[in-house]
Amino acid sequence: MDRAKEIVILSGKGGTGKTTLATSLSKLIPNKVIVDADVDASDLFILLKPDPLRQDEFKGGSIASIDTKKCIQCGECEKKCRFNAISRNKEGNFIVDSYKCEGCEFCTYVCPVNAIKMNPQIVGNWYVSETSFGTMVHARLIPGAENSGNLVALVKREAQLIAKKKGLRSIIVDGPPGIGCPVISSLSSAALALIVTEPTLSGIHDLDRILATCKQFNVNAKIIINKADINQSNTEKIQQFADKNGLEIMGKIPFDRCVVKNLSKNLTPIDSDNCGAVKKEIKKISNDVLRYLSE
Amino acid sequence: MWISVASGKGGTGKTTVAVSLALSNKNTIYVDADVEEPNGFLFIKPVIKEEFSYTELIPLIHEDKCTFCGKCADACVYKAIAILKPVKKAIFFPELCHSCGLCSFVCPVENAIEEVPKEKGRIRKGEKNGQLFIEGILNVGEASGTPLIRGMKKYIPHDRDAIIDSSPGTSCPVVESVGDTDFVLLITEPTPFGLNDLKLAVEMVKEMKLPFGILVNKHEEGNSLIKDYAREEKITILGEIPFSREIAEAYSKGIPVVDVLPDGEKFFVNIMEKIRKGVNTSG
Repeated sequence: MDRAKEIVILSGKGGTGKTTLATSLSKLIPNKVIVDADVDASDLFILLKPDPLRQDEFKGGSIASIDTKKCIQCGECEKKCRFNAISRNKEGNFIVDSYKCEGCEFCTYVCPVNAIKMNPQIVGNWYVSETSFGTMVHARLIPGAENSGNLVALVKREAQLIAKKKGLRSIIVDGPPGIGCPVISSLSSAALALIVTEPTLSGIHDLDRILATCKQFNVNAKIIINKADINQSNTEKIQQFADKNGLEIMGKIPFDRCVVKNLSKNLTPIDSDNCGAVKKEIKKISNDVLRYLSE
Repeated sequence: MWISVASGKGGTGKTTVAVSLALSNKNTIYVDADVEEPNGFLFIKPVIKEEFSYTELIPLIHEDKCTFCGKCADACVYKAIAILKPVKKAIFFPELCHSCGLCSFVCPVENAIEEVPKEKGRIRKGEKNGQLFIEGILNVGEASGTPLIRGMKKYIPHDRDAIIDSSPGTSCPVVESVGDTDFVLLITEPTPFGLNDLKLAVEMVKEMKLPFGILVNKHEEGNSLIKDYAREEKITILGEIPFSREIAEAYSKGIPVVDVLPDGEKFFVNIMEKIRKGVNTSG
């Protein structure tokens, strides 16, 4: 059987409603695996309440440490480190700033007395969980840790394995904000990117950059405008931009206080009847996604 | 004094608050370190006076000199180099390279690996009515904004206070933007997402041993989600900005919250004063 189709929800700019939409789609679309790839601010679990079946540690790169007893204070390591991770402390000893160390090991090569060793780091945990809406793979990166791109690749790989085992054809991925390494990792092997934007100047600016990123990695993208009625002229600008570039706008979700009200009770807009217009638009989007998945 | 503005969660109003803080307090410099999606210029609308490219060194392997011994590939922990010995080929994956320089150091053949600059992004400096402005713009397709943030911090003048607008989340670029700052202002919103991501951000700044405080955006009367958490954890709330469609609409047009909030300037001057006092007492 082929790989399951990955639908990744991205936004460039944070706070456009990515996770709210991802949760709603996870509830509306059957027969899929759910992935939270926003590993440094994973929020999908709040609304989907996963029950962990399995938990594993995630190892990041190693970071250096200097044995001050062996160190002869030649300073070669400090000179070679391009990340400014090595400096002298108040006592005059060379020390490694673990936040700055990128684990390249250059220092270990130049140390004449083998005083530096590399220590593997556990940078987070990842989970396979059961939810009322399907199996979910998610992770929690220790705040301040690096290597989130690798962690994203790992959770997506696991989701593919689960999909294969269960005969499921699709994977819904809630992606991280921005355009950097975790986003690139979320995009790799995606069948479709749903880009959630908002009609603000920053939304438009970031939309442009995330679409360029999708293009660079050859991923088909469609646009969803959230809070579409907050600035009609900006919404029109996005529409014109999409028309000019042959991009489809899959939905325009109105601004409504009910969304925040529902969220503060751990509910999505589709879970109650107070959010009519928002609910209707999300259902329309989910039907379009279903049609795409069955193609 | 350097104040960084961070949030954990995206879209909490980090940029509009950072811009407002800079605009209300004279002689500050606004630094946009959200290099993946820099948006501060949309609000400050600076006149750009200087723009230059930010480069990092990457290896250029000269196959005519290379003996394909594979030492560089073995040494590279990021697996950015592959040497195909049987067919005498060297392959370099620039998106995996961290520019540490180890490959050229271990190469036994003189000049077989040359280090050449590669543009990672651009740095722009500007000004608007005396308000200084610096931003970094990461090139699309570049994996990590961290080197660019590290690089642009060198251009922040030390003779005045800097407000550093960081990216969302809690990973490497955020650590680089809040590192070396004197105070971290965490912007959050009273939703379960906001609270969850705030907790992660608090964990990060505590681990980094940085003084910090909270500003609640999109506050609604009766919602005490953040207040309850702050009280339990004994974290100071420096201010609250109400949830309002008017602020959201202004934001959509590039108008920062300081210009919409009644007594906005006073509000942000007051926050800055509280930060200064907090920094003085804890330091």
